[in-house]
Amino acid sequence: MQLSSRHLLGIRDLTPKDIQIILDTAVQFKEVLQRPIKKVPTLRDVTIVNLFYENSTRTRISFELAEKRLSADTINFAASASSVAKGETLLDTVNNILSMKVDMVVMRHSASGAPHFLSKHIPAAIVNAGDGINEHPTQALLDAFSIREKLGSLSGRKVAIIGDIMHSRVALSNIYLLKKVGAEVMVVGPPTLIPKYIKKAFDIQVAYNLKEALMWCDVANVLRIQLERQNQVLFSSLREYSLAYGINRKLLDSVNKEIVIMHPGPINRGVELDSDVADSKQSIILQQVENGVAVRMAVLYLLAGGQTEQN
Amino acid sequence: MKTILSEKQLAFTIRRLSNQLLENHVDLEYTYLIGIQPRGIYFSDRIVEELKKQLPVQKIGYGKLDITFYRDDVRQGLHTMNQTDIPFSIENKNVVLIDDVLYTGRTIRAALDALLDFGRPAKVELCILVDRKFSRQLPIQADYVGKSIDSIVSQKVKVFWKEKDGQDEVVLL
Repeated sequence: MQLSSRHLLGIRDLTPKDIQIILDTAVQFKEVLQRPIKKVPTLRDVTIVNLFYENSTRTRISFELAEKRLSADTINFAASASSVAKGETLLDTVNNILSMKVDMVVMRHSASGAPHFLSKHIPAAIVNAGDGINEHPTQALLDAFSIREKLGSLSGRKVAIIGDIMHSRVALSNIYLLKKVGAEVMVVGPPTLIPKYIKKAFDIQVAYNLKEALMWCDVANVLRIQLERQNQVLFSSLREYSLAYGINRKLLDSVNKEIVIMHPGPINRGVELDSDVADSKQSIILQQVENGVAVRMAVLYLLAGGQTEQN
Repeated sequence: MKTILSEKQLAFTIRRLSNQLLENHVDLEYTYLIGIQPRGIYFSDRIVEELKKQLPVQKIGYGKLDITFYRDDVRQGLHTMNQTDIPFSIENKNVVLIDDVLYTGRTIRAALDALLDFGRPAKVELCILVDRKFSRQLPIQADYVGKSIDSIVSQKVKVFWKEKDGQDEVVLL
């Protein structure tokens, strides 16, 4: 039992079998997290550095918890409080850290492809925790895990990804993953936020009308409208976006079926998702967060294990 | 290939071990049985089946333990993990760990570590179908032994179960 790659750079590089292994392993780790002592000694001789060149709350805490639950030693690194501010390059920084005998790197970077670049130059295993507008593989894995847990399977499920598809690494990783496991995907949003050739590139459906998408889907994965990108004028106002693409109770009730609501967080309440939807029984947003730790434990375990044999 | 236990002998052995368990743990009142995944549970299933003939089902506390995350050789290679299911608190209870073959003792070492994460049992005992003597790497021995054998490192003990492998037999390869 081994993944086909020694890094997790993106869902793009994984085989359907890899995805299956990760999700199945995560089921066992989820059981560990329900125990009185939620910690196992599995990675007690592994040191992991969390290299965060970009801000993050959920992902960083989730990775750190996953590492601690596996008994790995962890180092946290935030670019803003380091020598990066003095002009040190990414490769120099990482090589310096690795010379202190670190086995794995968990990395978030605002530049797409940064972890791929790094993987060509260092011996340690790399886990991509989000790179620019490229991929966020562990988020897609935990989304898939949550859907599978809620609905029993992934194959044949209809998943609508709603919002800023263009800038979303969560969307891209989700599309790769869902296509690999045989689910149907539809992306929904204002035309300015949907890449022009996405339909052809991924063989997925594109819709510009939210209600139409909700009528179609089993699962609605609602993305965050990135407020920090508001100066780009891709839609006229938040209020207008909310009116056209915000999900509220009334809209959901008008679609006469049970839809699972997901969101990778942080939620802009009242913009893409209303509180009476986000906090309802249909929403599995908090389960996603809970599952995130189990999925990341699975990824770290599968990448750290069997390492000496390969080297 | 040499047969260590035939189907008939295996049935007798299981019956004897079940009786020994009852002898030491009257009515299993403060005692739980825990089979070790993956292959130990076929043996523990049989023991429980046997005990059910003598005790009401609700009296038997039976769980399963997977030790994959507690192994000391994770860095040498990954093993497929299995379900852990311990639906009771082992705090201050007697626990009997059940596995098919006792060889180096490393599995039991890991099982003890795993078990202690579920609470502090009053006492832990070990029930083994086949004990490979003189091959221990850790100071661990069983309290209940089905069959004790001498074997060398190059030999292998295989336990076959009807429900998994089509027949009941223990062989030395």
